[in-house]
Amino acid sequence: MQFIKPDININFVSKRKIAFFISLAMILVSIASLLIHKGPRYGIDFAGGTLIQVKFSVPASLNNIKSGLAAIDLGKSSVQQFGDQRDNEYLIRTDISITTSQGFSSKVQKALEASTGNEVNIRRVEMVGPQVGKDLREKALFAMFYALLFITIYISGRFELKWVLSGVMAGALMGAVYLLSVFNVSVPYLIAAALIVTLLLFWFLELKYAMGAIVALIHDVTITVGIFSIFDIEFTLPIIAALLTIIGYSLNDTIIIFDRIRENLRKYHKNPLEFTINRSVNETLSRTILTSITTLVVVVALFVLGGGIIHDFAFAMIIGVIIGTYSSVYVASPILLAWHGRGRKK
Amino acid sequence: MIEPRLQFGLVAIILFWTQLQERKRSLKNLSWRAVSVIAVIVIAVIYILPTIKPSLWPHKKINLGLDLQGGMHLALEVDTEKAVESTIERISQEMRSFFKKEHIRHIELNRIDGSRISVQLQGQENIDGFEKLLDKEFKNLRILSRSTHDGILTMMLDLPDKESDQIKKLATEQALETIRNRIDQFGVSEPDIRQQGEKRILIQLPGIKDTKRAKDLIGRTALLEFKLVDETHDLNSALQGNVPPGSEVLYGIKEDPETRRVIKTPYLIKKRTLLTGAHLTDAKVQIDSQYNEPYVSINFDKKGGRGFARITGANVKKRLAIVLDKKVHSAPVIQEKITGGQARITGRFTTEEARDLAIALRAGALPAPVNILEERTVGPSLGTDSIRKGLISMCVGGILVILFMIVYYRASGLIADFALILNIILIAGGLAGFQATLTLPGIAGIILTIGMAVDANVLIFERIREEMSIGKTPRAAVDAGYDRASLTILDANVTTLVAALVLFQFGTGPVKGFAVTLSLGVLSSLFTALILSRLIFDYFLVKLKSKSLSI
Repeated sequence: MQFIKPDININFVSKRKIAFFISLAMILVSIASLLIHKGPRYGIDFAGGTLIQVKFSVPASLNNIKSGLAAIDLGKSSVQQFGDQRDNEYLIRTDISITTSQGFSSKVQKALEASTGNEVNIRRVEMVGPQVGKDLREKALFAMFYALLFITIYISGRFELKWVLSGVMAGALMGAVYLLSVFNVSVPYLIAAALIVTLLLFWFLELKYAMGAIVALIHDVTITVGIFSIFDIEFTLPIIAALLTIIGYSLNDTIIIFDRIRENLRKYHKNPLEFTINRSVNETLSRTILTSITTLVVVVALFVLGGGIIHDFAFAMIIGVIIGTYSSVYVASPILLAWHGRGRKK
Repeated sequence: MIEPRLQFGLVAIILFWTQLQERKRSLKNLSWRAVSVIAVIVIAVIYILPTIKPSLWPHKKINLGLDLQGGMHLALEVDTEKAVESTIERISQEMRSFFKKEHIRHIELNRIDGSRISVQLQGQENIDGFEKLLDKEFKNLRILSRSTHDGILTMMLDLPDKESDQIKKLATEQALETIRNRIDQFGVSEPDIRQQGEKRILIQLPGIKDTKRAKDLIGRTALLEFKLVDETHDLNSALQGNVPPGSEVLYGIKEDPETRRVIKTPYLIKKRTLLTGAHLTDAKVQIDSQYNEPYVSINFDKKGGRGFARITGANVKKRLAIVLDKKVHSAPVIQEKITGGQARITGRFTTEEARDLAIALRAGALPAPVNILEERTVGPSLGTDSIRKGLISMCVGGILVILFMIVYYRASGLIADFALILNIILIAGGLAGFQATLTLPGIAGIILTIGMAVDANVLIFERIREEMSIGKTPRAAVDAGYDRASLTILDANVTTLVAALVLFQFGTGPVKGFAVTLSLGVLSSLFTALILSRLIFDYFLVKLKSKSLSI
């Protein structure tokens, strides 16, 4: 069986301008949504607060739950159905991080039992203090940044044999970021600035492959975060794990195409670069689609059957796999042409 | 003896390495390769066995994370500033008693702004005496400021930074030790207690049900102090804000178990601590035969017992308050000198409360109060649900992928499927061998690996198809396919591994579990794709001299 004929030759590269505008539009929409919502909607992991998952023995009405909560001064909490409807489970969130030492969960249980007249089972309580939330937020940003940086060193080294150059550059960047973080510079701005500097450095040092990969990754992460913001889904620790996996997955795709480009550059060295790139994308197309299908199959299974806690994680992975596949073909590879165009003009 | 994890890691690396070396294959070493692959599989299975049936093999089971087996995760912060403050308080008490002994009269001697001592003296005689005392007995104090005004010397003292840092460091270490003691005595199987950063303590209590009780036990300071009741001053005027220096108002808090009314009784207590719980040797619960109420009886060590005898002897007919965490438990009148080195703490406890108090007293006081920064509690039923849902989605996803591969690649797909199943076995074996923790995101990681593990095989198969389409024989196509695809696969997987390792470094609890399974998945899929499926191809093409390839 074959989905893709071996002699397939779709002209991907010629459509790179259209793809560029599509990507740009998606990124702008993502950023716009983030600006409108004033940043991502942080879950309690990052914002601090308390989350309680309760299960009722028979269906309970939201109003009864809320009145029960109001009786113990938690009237401002958000209450939301969780998981399957027949599970009768609800998530209660408040932004107060209550010092839970005073028998908090038994208090909630009693209040809810009184207001709903129903047996209540407290299944999960998570309380994160504001300081921990801030720490986790910063750690997550650093993790994303370092993951990107290490990966690009590897790519520069493996594809262009620029181990030393990229290593020194990454070392300097890490040093600068570390120094600045010691001086209490606001971490989000710091990471944003570091990313821009990284991109500029890649551009001027002509680390083409690394540049292609990192632009594609930033593209993927931005759009995934943007879609989360549009759907108003919470950002939690597992979502960060999903984002890092998306980075790994998208890069996997990108590297396989890059690898083929490198191989074909030797084979077709007389042809223009556009041709070689296009040829390589086509040759690997079958594999790209197959792997995306198998990965999508399992993450969809996880999305549908995995239960409430893993739901958003699986959703992030679905978006990530789709965007990651798209970006390897339409974003990472065409960037290799950027220097080519510049060189010709000179 | 090397740590078992390390041992397992070493074995895994050596096996992996010899396998890679063996990649220059030929007919001769085919059977040797088969033997070593089978060895890897057998080792993995041996490590999984205890998880399936604990009696079969004495090795440990796969650890389940708190989100899967239920339990409590706590992040505490030790209020180390308070440890410095109490040291300063102690020093100022000491200074007060020196003043008394050396007849130095002072206008003011107080702890202010938390960790500073402010002293005011008048008259040359007093000032000289104080300076001498300062040089002799309080050499470690730092003079922050001094000013003389109208013959009044005002001096501000505190501890040098190095010293207060040392106190803070010790406070965290000691708090960790104390909490560990308490949890050990409370009885939790396999608790995990560790320090994080300068002053945080992470606690994982798997399977715990009564979370409130555990938290109360861990979080209480349990500072037991014996202090005299200030009977020379008026309690009522003190309550109106006119607290005499050297004394403070503390409350006795009692809850009537029947009416559930809380009664607060104020006491005027002298600040000076005569004796603390540091000199305890034992604390146990006993039942009062007269009222049938539990109380905690404490035994002092020799020094504590002598101190207790001296204190009670010197203060007969006065009231001695037993203060626990700034709350007065009782303030009986001392009838006579008590020499046995024994005392009792009463206070309408339930048996559980008394038992927990006894544990806390035995384990010792926390050097400083702790605050709960983060708490995650998962009930055991939720964990079971999570495991069930995780396994279902794993089976469904896995079966779909397996069917897809067979339909798409036919017999070769079957090889990939075999590799896939082996992958899961290897990941499970790796989890058990490294004694890593399986969390819910970890299960998601395994499921993701199922999707991504076929990638390596897909890459190879596509390459083989390409080579066959330009007219190579199956055997040549397989050789060329593997040779060309191997480097690509390595490159692609190393980057995923980098992301996973960064995640491991950054992550806490569940997320770390995801990083672990993802890394194990990457490594095992490298093994199954590059070595195992290759072996199977070689077996058919070389050994059985199969002329066709179903791909």
